Amino acid sequence: MKASILALGFATVASMAAAETPVLTVLTYDSFVAEWGPGPAVEKAFEAKCACDLKFVAAGDGAALLARVQMEGAQSDADVVLGLDTSLTAAATATGLFAPHGQTWANTLPVPYSDPDFVPYDWGWFAMVYDKTKIATVPKNFEELAASDLKIVIQDPRSSTPGLGLLLWVKAAYGDKAKDIWAALADNIVTVTPGWSEAYGLFTEGEADMVLSYTTSPAYHLIAEQDDTKAAALFDEGHYMQVEVAGKLAATDQPALADQFLAFIGSDAFQSTIATTNWMYPAVTPAAGLPEGFDRFRPAKSLLMGADEAAAVRDAALAEWQAALAK
Amino acid sequence: MSHAPGAAVIAALVAGLTLGLAAMVAAGAGSLWPLPADWAALRFTVWQAALSAAFSCLLAVPVARALARRRFAGRGALIALMGAPFLLPVIVAVLGLLAVFGRSGVVSDALALAGLPPLSIYGLHGVVLAHVFLNLPLVTRMLLMGWEAIPAERFRLAQSLAMPEGAMFRHLEGPMLRAVLPGAAVVVFTLCLGSFAVALTLGGGPGATTVELAIYQALRFDYAPARAAALALIQFALGAGAVALGWAVLRQAGFGAGLGRRLAVPAPRGWRLGADALALVLAGGFLLVPLGAVGLRGLAGLGDLPAGMWAALGRSVAVALTSTAVTMGAALVLALAVARGARGWRFIDAVATLPLAVSGLVLGTGLFLTVKPWVRPEALALPVTVMVNALLSLPYAYRLLLPEARALHADYDRLAQSLSLRGMARLRWLVVPRLARPIGFGAGVAAALSMGDLGVITLFAGESGATLPLYVQRLMGAYRMEAAAGAALVLVATSFALFALFDGIGRRAAP
Repeated sequence: MKASILALGFATVASMAAAETPVLTVLTYDSFVAEWGPGPAVEKAFEAKCACDLKFVAAGDGAALLARVQMEGAQSDADVVLGLDTSLTAAATATGLFAPHGQTWANTLPVPYSDPDFVPYDWGWFAMVYDKTKIATVPKNFEELAASDLKIVIQDPRSSTPGLGLLLWVKAAYGDKAKDIWAALADNIVTVTPGWSEAYGLFTEGEADMVLSYTTSPAYHLIAEQDDTKAAALFDEGHYMQVEVAGKLAATDQPALADQFLAFIGSDAFQSTIATTNWMYPAVTPAAGLPEGFDRFRPAKSLLMGADEAAAVRDAALAEWQAALAK
Repeated sequence: MSHAPGAAVIAALVAGLTLGLAAMVAAGAGSLWPLPADWAALRFTVWQAALSAAFSCLLAVPVARALARRRFAGRGALIALMGAPFLLPVIVAVLGLLAVFGRSGVVSDALALAGLPPLSIYGLHGVVLAHVFLNLPLVTRMLLMGWEAIPAERFRLAQSLAMPEGAMFRHLEGPMLRAVLPGAAVVVFTLCLGSFAVALTLGGGPGATTVELAIYQALRFDYAPARAAALALIQFALGAGAVALGWAVLRQAGFGAGLGRRLAVPAPRGWRLGADALALVLAGGFLLVPLGAVGLRGLAGLGDLPAGMWAALGRSVAVALTSTAVTMGAALVLALAVARGARGWRFIDAVATLPLAVSGLVLGTGLFLTVKPWVRPEALALPVTVMVNALLSLPYAYRLLLPEARALHADYDRLAQSLSLRGMARLRWLVVPRLARPIGFGAGVAAALSMGDLGVITLFAGESGATLPLYVQRLMGAYRMEAAAGAALVLVATSFALFALFDGIGRRAAP
């Protein structure tokens, strides 16, 4: 008993000592903080120059992040939220929990992107990924895909951000014809999974010919596994983009540190870690260029709806999707 | 009527946690009437859960009966392995099943050799197949315990009366099935009510949406807590309805006490031997081949496991052991109080089953909202996981203990009273030895459930502090499918070792 009181005392003293260094809390998704993700390198590089303690808090996947912010509301301990994407930023802005970032650094995205509340830190093109050794004729757009007998596995737009991205992709490319595309795709879709990892797992197990992922997915296999069999199908109607962003919470108690972190996101130290840890394109192309494989599958045309437009079409697009696929 | 203050306190705690946390989610906003799509989800949810429960229970009867009356090499191993599917992380179980029944699985390959098109597992049948795979072993084990609980003397009496098998079934096995099957069906039904990854992945599209998916969407994607609470309430009502239905058809078997000797259940020869063998071979193959596939996939990934996995494994085991201790303590107190018909036993009985009907996601969110104003949630990740896991596995442990606790009370209470056997002495000399088997099995199930649980930790985990299932999910989310399969194998092996350890202790300690 005495020992435990003593231990408690030590713990209190230790936490008081730690409290003297300012702590910047960044709320992000799971895979960012994983030991193989960007988190550890980013933390080391930022702490080397901020005289602070950078702490990541993981909140499930990307989709769950905004829910977590809303759940915590203004009482959140977090200072910065990193990991929302452009299909969620309108909803995020509408919560009124975010503050303007005031950053002036320029990004190198293939389409102009700027938002008063959010800075981009990486981005990617959604794409159907397949195995080159198994598919002879690769479809060049959704219509050809729907006409083929290729089997695909996709993610549910109600529970996953890539799934929502695909929904917006078809909508952006086909507009009012989107529901016909979904109806034609219905017999190609083997199944719909709750998240990206289940879909990708089914694909690698050979359950489907193609999976909805990113144009950079083959680069992972090439670099990390020396496996050159995967490729991304390039569609001539363009590829929808996912832009991942970070924003400062208005209720932060470390506004200066938060600003410093948002500026750090635009620096080479942050951007050079992204490509081979998050397997996305850095928002600012690093001085050393991009790793091998990142230039192999570059769509000619990029599609991206503005935050408000994405929010406006989402519910109707979802209803179309459900009606076309729920047989 | 006796008092049971301990049981009353535990029951009040359980009721407060389940109902209170659900209320916490609903608080602050009016309830929302479900959308038309929700009614479609509701129909699908009930239908697949009912089919899954029916098939799991029907198929378990011949398997359990064969296991109860046959002795063969590897019987113990088969019974132990029966625990394994139940413990698999959902996505791992799905991938194991797909290795057998998928488009590029063993069965499809065989069909291709015969010039036939590949099997399609995606659809309602695939959902039911997966749920039977996950739950058949559990029901089989529950029934097997029922068979073993019929006093051997009754079988010998039946044999000495030269009772034909039909009569033996009517007088001995039938009543036992009536006592055990409704409870088992309710457990499987409510388990399948909460399914969403299996249902969606194998269901083949949004037609296979369950209520739990709609809850997930409302909580994690749209953050509409009022809508989530309304949906959770519907799911809760379904679960509670199932429990009530289970009660209505439940009958006590009432075999009376035996001498507790372990004698083999009579094993008829002839075609029945062949039928039993067939049941065992089919069930064994159905359960073990996908497990083998999981094992093979995992072995390949054992080579490149990241270092962080071991810490995650350690956290998972610590969580599992702690929550098992809490669950079993609570379940034993509640089951004994209900068995002896203590004051308010009906209330206690209802409350002990309550967590079964509550969505883990709703519980987790309620807890998050409750602790948030006072503590950083990530500081509480592991204690909260322990608490929720203990709460969620309580109904299983309680259901496993109750029938035997009732039999114990009916058969030994008068003897114990005449010997003035009370308190700790009664627990030590009577309760624990006589209930060793369900206690061991219940602890095994609770430990394994807790090892594999992924519901709550995702809400609370911080930078570190991931449990092994979360770690597996993070690996899969980073393209590292092989390492994920390896880590999943470690998870399954550990859950299984914990399960086999507790179950083995229980079986060995049983008289």
